[in-house]
Amino acid sequence: MTDPEIRIAGSERLIVSSSPHFHSGASVGNIMLLVILTLLPACLAAVYHFGLPAFRVLALCMLFCVGGEAFFSKCMKKPLEINDFSALLTGLLLGMNLPPGTPSWICLVGSLIAIGIGKMVYGGIGYNPFNPALVGRAALLVSFPQVMNTWQTPGLDAMSSATPLQELGLLQQNALAGDGAALREFLQNIPYRDYLLGKMGGSLGETCALALILGGLVLIALRIIRWQIPVFMLATVAACSALAWLAKPDLYAPPQFHLLSGGLLLGAFFMASDPVTSPMSRLGATIFAIGCGLIISAIRLWGNYPEGVSFAILIMNALTPLLDRATAGKPFGAQKKVVKNA
Amino acid sequence: MSKIFRFYGGIHPQDAKLASHRPILAAPLLEKYTVPLQMHIGAPAKSLVQKGQKVLRGQLLAEPGSYVSAAIHSPVSGVIKEQSSCLSVSGTQWPALIIESDGEDQSQEPMPAISDWQEADPALLLKRVAEAGIVGKGGAAFPTHVKLAPPEGKSIDTLIINGVECEPGLSADHRLMLEKPEEIITGALIVARILKAKNIYLGIENNKPDALKLMRDKAAHSALQPRGLKVRYPQGAEKQLVYALTKRKVPSGGLPMDVGCVVQNVATVYAIYEAVLKGKPLYERVTTVTGDPVVNPGNFLLRIGSSYADALQLAGGLKEEAAKIISGGPMMGIAVYSLDIPVTKNCSGLMFLSSSQLSQFQSKACIRCARCNDACPMQLMPSILSTQIENERFELAETWNVLDCIECGCCAYVCPAKRPLVQHMRRAKTEVIAKRQSEAAKKTS
Repeated sequence: MTDPEIRIAGSERLIVSSSPHFHSGASVGNIMLLVILTLLPACLAAVYHFGLPAFRVLALCMLFCVGGEAFFSKCMKKPLEINDFSALLTGLLLGMNLPPGTPSWICLVGSLIAIGIGKMVYGGIGYNPFNPALVGRAALLVSFPQVMNTWQTPGLDAMSSATPLQELGLLQQNALAGDGAALREFLQNIPYRDYLLGKMGGSLGETCALALILGGLVLIALRIIRWQIPVFMLATVAACSALAWLAKPDLYAPPQFHLLSGGLLLGAFFMASDPVTSPMSRLGATIFAIGCGLIISAIRLWGNYPEGVSFAILIMNALTPLLDRATAGKPFGAQKKVVKNA
Repeated sequence: MSKIFRFYGGIHPQDAKLASHRPILAAPLLEKYTVPLQMHIGAPAKSLVQKGQKVLRGQLLAEPGSYVSAAIHSPVSGVIKEQSSCLSVSGTQWPALIIESDGEDQSQEPMPAISDWQEADPALLLKRVAEAGIVGKGGAAFPTHVKLAPPEGKSIDTLIINGVECEPGLSADHRLMLEKPEEIITGALIVARILKAKNIYLGIENNKPDALKLMRDKAAHSALQPRGLKVRYPQGAEKQLVYALTKRKVPSGGLPMDVGCVVQNVATVYAIYEAVLKGKPLYERVTTVTGDPVVNPGNFLLRIGSSYADALQLAGGLKEEAAKIISGGPMMGIAVYSLDIPVTKNCSGLMFLSSSQLSQFQSKACIRCARCNDACPMQLMPSILSTQIENERFELAETWNVLDCIECGCCAYVCPAKRPLVQHMRRAKTEVIAKRQSEAAKKTS
């Protein structure tokens, strides 16, 4: 028999902390890493379609975001927390939201804005009200509209072109001015197969629909994200575009076009679903997602911008605290009145 | 019968039940027992003995200090060596009697058995429960005679026997069901007679199929209905168990009796059986001693007042260094820093963790992933509460129902940012209750 006194050497070596004494093992770093892994198929597709320039943009954004967080942490005398991979994920998402040929210095500016203004000024991870990658993208979009609207068609020639949504918008304007022939031809020959595989112009991470859907489904299956956000967001856009299309099939594109084009899938599965900036309750998440979908539809169908995913998500991010408060549930047993004894 | 019962939220932690297959082993006689006078909720018991006095096993050592209090009996025959104090689980000092065994283990004349309990006056049975010093053996150590005497106007139609034992590691209740099924059934029927309850359920989680089957077989011709429950922590929490078995929701701030239910642990009803039919007061209990560093994890019948060190000796000591000692289970148990603590009436287990099993970490900012909200069996929002409490907004935490928290630890278990959520809740509850008490005091003055 072992003498317990030998093994329990002294109270200074025993840990006396609060219950619970077991932990599930979940960590912020693991969650971020899983999201990064589920984004990899879409990144691979981007590098396949757009070549090394795409790789350069992704790598630089990740580098600048992680470096930027280290820099700001040092300036703010905060503990360095880049090992939670959240800055790496922000960098990856920012890169995926940029055109394939974005110059390196714009990657730097976007990354510093995303991490600095999007995240660190609020106190770092968990405290930012807006999705940092989208803050970076939005800032670049209004500051450098030319660069941010120079797109490439996938392929060896890498010639500049318009995204499908831009093309649609242009043709719709022509049609309203009286020349609807080109629009009719465009609508009759939508290359859905190319959209699924990512053979279209656009931000480098948003084009390959199949890869994004695959990654998103994995996130839902692992319960990293709330399924309500992508499902209701996509459903709302599909419903709105279907209504417009049914009303005027000559002018508006069918819902499947809207689902597969632009940044909708990337936004729905990977940006709107960011837990920090979306509501926590199921009901709140559902309202948030429908709100995103309505704003996207409004911008796409009637707005001047061809694309509205990032603005829609940023607007709904701002409403998140309100939605959290409005949709907080009642605790177990709260609905019945306590019958007090006389 | 195959319907599976469950409640909202919850988690499924590792089982860690190393001692489920180990039969209950009675501990040999020790030389010294340290019997605390405050091992129940309520007033401390008042000592009736003097230093140097000879006592017999089962003799009344201390009488209840008030209505909500419990009698305490000697676990052994011997001499009262001194009236001093001992270290408690929470690190404070308890008044205690130190008894030196005379090696005879002589029992005093047991109380007369009430063998006609089926016809006996319920008040007589209730009086016996109080005389035997029985308290809730599952955890809170609330005096059982108080719980079995609901105030006027509360009619109890359902008695729930708690055989869930959802805490990882613990197996004392499981073994008791396997080894004393008939006694538990009789005890449950006695309690039902005291309460005049019509429905008697016994809740057992489906990870104990042997106990569930045995209890079903033994209870086939009695009013007791064993029910299988989905394995989910904290199934054994009163409000969750009441909901899982009856779909009745205990109101916020209320007790199971508000919905006509009383919950009793299997070990408690076993003690009631012994008190009524054997005339034996509560001076010993089954405790699980377990954990990876323990040589022979097991379930031991320990006298109240044995030390944790004695309990560990019975389990063969430790084969590797323990980094944490927990009184109770790993989800809600209390970490202690000494083995010089007496086994009390509610000590269901003693768990030792090695450093490799320990999760020590830095807590980080909330990333609002809402896993805690989903896991909370009380449907609170620990994520929001914890930020409020960090900013000392206790009045806000009060409106977000922090007082409903049962401190089960599900939120902290799932939190990827490893936030000390349970500590936050406890802090806010203490603050809110203190504020309410000071307000009430102001009103009366």
